[in-house]
Amino acid sequence: MSWAFLRDLLSGVNKYSTGIGRIWVAVVFMFRLLVYVTAAENIWKHEHDEFECNIKQPGCQNVCFDHFFPVSHIRLWALQLIMVSTPSLLVVFHVAYRENREKQHNQELYRNPGKIDGGLLYTYLISLMLKTGLEIVFLVLFYKLYNGFKIPHLVKCDIKPCPNTVDCYISKPTEKMIFLYFLVATSCLCIVLNLSELSYLIFKYSIKCYLKRHMNKQQ
Amino acid sequence: MDWGALHTILGGVNKHSTSIGKIWLTVLFIFRIMILVVAAERVWGDEQDDFVCNTLQPGCRNVCYDHFFPISHIRLWALQLIFVSTPALLVAMHVAYRRHEKKRQFRKGDQKCEYKDIEEIRKQRFRIEGSLWWTYTSSIFFRLVFEAVFMYAFYFMYDGFRMPRLMKCNAWPCPNTVDCFVSRPTEKTVFTIFMIAVSSICILLNVAELCYLLAKFFLRRSKKAGNSKQQPNHENKEETKQNEMNELISDSCQNTVIGFSS
Repeated sequence: MSWAFLRDLLSGVNKYSTGIGRIWVAVVFMFRLLVYVTAAENIWKHEHDEFECNIKQPGCQNVCFDHFFPVSHIRLWALQLIMVSTPSLLVVFHVAYRENREKQHNQELYRNPGKIDGGLLYTYLISLMLKTGLEIVFLVLFYKLYNGFKIPHLVKCDIKPCPNTVDCYISKPTEKMIFLYFLVATSCLCIVLNLSELSYLIFKYSIKCYLKRHMNKQQ
Repeated sequence: MDWGALHTILGGVNKHSTSIGKIWLTVLFIFRIMILVVAAERVWGDEQDDFVCNTLQPGCRNVCYDHFFPISHIRLWALQLIFVSTPALLVAMHVAYRRHEKKRQFRKGDQKCEYKDIEEIRKQRFRIEGSLWWTYTSSIFFRLVFEAVFMYAFYFMYDGFRMPRLMKCNAWPCPNTVDCFVSRPTEKTVFTIFMIAVSSICILLNVAELCYLLAKFFLRRSKKAGNSKQQPNHENKEETKQNEMNELISDSCQNTVIGFSS
């Protein structure tokens, strides 16, 4: 079980997506998943070992690290990637349900089970809204947990058992900050893509509906 | 998900590339990605652990390391490779779009469609002309831009391509100025120069491919212009022939009429 599973999952979703949906998949693969695996993971690899406090008191370093990093950036990033990719499964399940129905009734109920119309359109729209919502939730979580998207190189810690206030130094703060900004930028790009796909689909199908009604009236 | 997945994605684009494009792809995978994964990552693996400063002051090493290496070489190369490979996706998307259109035509039963079955459409190789030419050329242009930007960023951030052995650091909390020693500086310099050299070769290949595509475009245009000029001459010759024949017919008619009348 590894990121390859997510990659296969998203490739499966690609089949039933619109053009903008396919661009979203490409952005998630190239700029988020690939960057995470090849670059970001290694930066945070030894973050606990390299976190250094100006004190010899045993336990102080551990307690301070735990206080300032309740959930590590890299774990939040991984969770975000997984959560944001999962709503697309709704579409895959719905298409599978349609195909199953066709098999059971042994006749063609749909012109094309994979085409985005009828119930599948609503499922697709819901998945888009969920994706966007989750992206925003994670960005807000990042912002709230770490007081913005900056990583300081020094934090002052005075939790027991540290006697008084102690200086603690974070490793590679600049590099981590660069990748954090990269994460935020790609997240925002994905939000923009999702919102444009949402507007495009709503617009397309409202026009279709309107034209159908207009033609029915004329008849 | 790793570099292997990128290989799968870009391998599909290979079919629709020019020969220079195929060479570029090979250079990218063998001399850049493979070297990065197999060798360079090991060299930079222990970069912070073995970055040693001549002080016992806690935190000084962290701060100095962060000051001299805002973003590690290895991460910069990984980002460069990802950005440089991304424009090829534009071509892949365009080809997929064309295939989708052809499949739609085939399904509708369009008689204009010359394919016998869907498998043929899937395996077909598209020629680089028309709108695909524009997509392909823009992808090469973007590749060039990204390569140049990253090379400049590298040069700017590290003041050249050499890795010094010793760095003097006086960032707080280091007391006064402190000597810090980089691990494996010569090996890192060798790999840096190697990666820069291969980057330059890739830039040259991209420039050559761009020139080749432009030359092809202008040649095709001049051929078309040449063909359209020739056709009027043909028409003139045919017209004069027809005129001559008409005159002969009318002369013979007149002769017959005169013959009858007399």
